[in-house]
Amino acid sequence: MIAAPDVRNLLNVWPWIGIMINTIPNETKRSEMYDVDRIEEGGDGRGLARALGYFSIGLGAAEVAAPRAMANLIGLHRRTPQAGLLRAFGLREIGSGLSILARPSAAPVGSRVVGDVLDAAVLLAVLGRKQTRKKRALVALAAVLGVAALDVYCTQRLRKTRSVANGQQGVQVKKAITISRPPEEVYGFWRDFKNLPRFMSHLLSVEILDDKRSHWTARAPAGQQVEWTAELSEDVPNQQIAWRSLPGGDIEHGGSVSFRPAPGNRGTEILVDLSYAPPVGSLGRIIASLFGEEPAQQIDADLRVLKQVLETGEVVQSDASIRHGLHPARPSRDSELLAEQSGRSAGSLDRLEAEKVGKC
Amino acid sequence: MRANCWMGVKRVEVVDVPEPRILNSQDVIIRVTSTAICGSDLHLYNGYVPTMEKGDILGHEFMGEVVERGPGVRKLKVGDRVVVPFPIACGACNSCKQQLYSLCENTNPNAWIAEKLWGHSPAGLFGYSHMLGGYAGGQAEFVRVPFADIGPIKVPDDLSDEKVLFLSDILPTGWMGAEMCNIKPGDIIAVWGAGPVGLLAMKSALLLGAERVIAIDRFPYRLRKAREHMGLECINYAETDVREALEAMTGGRGPDACIDAVGMEAHFPAPLGLYDKAKQAVRLETDRPIALRQAIMACRNGGTVSVIGVYGGLIDKFPMGSVMNRSLTIRSGQTHVHRYLKPLLDRIRKGELDPSFVISHRMRLDQAAEAFDMFLNKQDDCVKVVLSPNGRAAA
Repeated sequence: MIAAPDVRNLLNVWPWIGIMINTIPNETKRSEMYDVDRIEEGGDGRGLARALGYFSIGLGAAEVAAPRAMANLIGLHRRTPQAGLLRAFGLREIGSGLSILARPSAAPVGSRVVGDVLDAAVLLAVLGRKQTRKKRALVALAAVLGVAALDVYCTQRLRKTRSVANGQQGVQVKKAITISRPPEEVYGFWRDFKNLPRFMSHLLSVEILDDKRSHWTARAPAGQQVEWTAELSEDVPNQQIAWRSLPGGDIEHGGSVSFRPAPGNRGTEILVDLSYAPPVGSLGRIIASLFGEEPAQQIDADLRVLKQVLETGEVVQSDASIRHGLHPARPSRDSELLAEQSGRSAGSLDRLEAEKVGKC
Repeated sequence: MRANCWMGVKRVEVVDVPEPRILNSQDVIIRVTSTAICGSDLHLYNGYVPTMEKGDILGHEFMGEVVERGPGVRKLKVGDRVVVPFPIACGACNSCKQQLYSLCENTNPNAWIAEKLWGHSPAGLFGYSHMLGGYAGGQAEFVRVPFADIGPIKVPDDLSDEKVLFLSDILPTGWMGAEMCNIKPGDIIAVWGAGPVGLLAMKSALLLGAERVIAIDRFPYRLRKAREHMGLECINYAETDVREALEAMTGGRGPDACIDAVGMEAHFPAPLGLYDKAKQAVRLETDRPIALRQAIMACRNGGTVSVIGVYGGLIDKFPMGSVMNRSLTIRSGQTHVHRYLKPLLDRIRKGELDPSFVISHRMRLDQAAEAFDMFLNKQDDCVKVVLSPNGRAAA
């Protein structure tokens, strides 16, 4: 059961938003450092993206500061009960704007498209009302659709830029972690692909077909399953493994993982570099991220589990982590754990199994 | 079993919950014989630490008897009497190998939340929010303790619970606070906060060779404890100007090292106190750093400010100019408890140290709500409450 969150406790979350905004410039630097082959500033859609970012912040500020005047402008009654909603939309606009300015790429601009759809839906809903001034509302709707078109164009443009820069289509994720074990051991564990579902929570199974090829099954957002056959494209013992999916699979992707000794006897630095075409485009990725299936975060979590397995011999569990969802940190009842296990996929059960396996 | 759970801001309740079980091979289950309420539990109680869930079991200071052990446990046996450190450490990662146990890289399953707030994640802690692991705490009849061969220390039967219980947190925390001051002969140490951690930091500073130790608080009964048990000089900041008093006591130099044993909910007379209280109330800052600011300004040129009071997030008007221009050193950290267990247990055994002098109240676990309220409001000269889960409150 999910406990109703205490309102005063919720209040505590908001100063942290400030911290996250503070950290945005660092994130930008890091991504620029990674994307060394990014093409120079110019006619690549990023100028337009920035303009949309400033527009977002301006519009958002107006909605937050003067929701009633804005309501009047779009044909709603000055005393509309929707003023609070407008203010919330304003906060959303400011958020989109800030994330676009921090990183003018396809994903944050794409998030504006989602916002536009929301705006249009609300306008359509109020159009039917008696007290709405239709002309103003229609003008507002036209404006929203116009900006939406611009957002879509800009997203496409940025995505093309990105694929030109990376030499491939889709999303790219890079994640690194240091594991206090020698490269031979970490490489050896990873190279035995049957081990992968032990720490990759989305992976259900890996079946080895021959020296080069293996068949993978994974969980996808919204209860879907995806399968593909992967081919080993590079294998340098103790240093690097690279693979790509063969045509005909559900997900087109390629990736590499490199292993290098960490300085000062600190073990092995792992760098995972994955690029893939998301199941339903970038919109799908945004929706997936709402449900906590954001790939970057997922890979981060998976690498952390790998580290636990290799360093301590098992997946470290707490009262919070043993079950999904929000629940208090207290021991679970049998019924709660059973419900969890039957609800889980085989891959996650594997994860529970992994605990029982001794040191690798 | 019965356990003390966080039910919302300023609400704790002792309720029935399921008994813990072995979740990892290196776990043990402990039957708790004594547990204490920590000053840092009050930050949870007052709602200043995010990611608490209604029903979380509180408590990170506890000891007891091993009643069950996982198949991977080698050293501990059923029946062993142990004290458990509040940070959970795996013993195998790079941080643990460097004895930075409170920074263990493997024990926080919710590390991603902590990373968002703090950049990197520290270790998981017992009963201290979901962003620090979501582990059930020890204010309960039983508790699960992961990595049993790394954390818990066996204690001899001839030492009472009260003498060794505080090895779990406040004694090593006070000790580390004093150790970080790098005390040399002739050094004068000022300690902000004469609560349990502050008092033990004062005691530790004396044992580590400080020439003089000065206690700063606003509660006369707490300052009395510092004076009566350790013969310390005291400043009541509600009555005296701290800077002026410290200058007079140190020939105008300022203390060689200052220990902040207060943390994020410092009090101060108006108007500065009100300023921070107001900003914190509307969450423009998460922490009220009044003691820390004062400790920095008071410290002698080239001195050390040792921060063992708990901070959660952002502070305001931080006197960085004073730190930089006067070559101050700031040291801090959640206590790497594991490091200090054996040496401090040895000192207790030899009779050099008896931390039980901080205890003011002994109560039953089911009186936890009453105890939290009393501790928060400093009623009945409350300094430290020890709870007994077996129903009998020690005399």
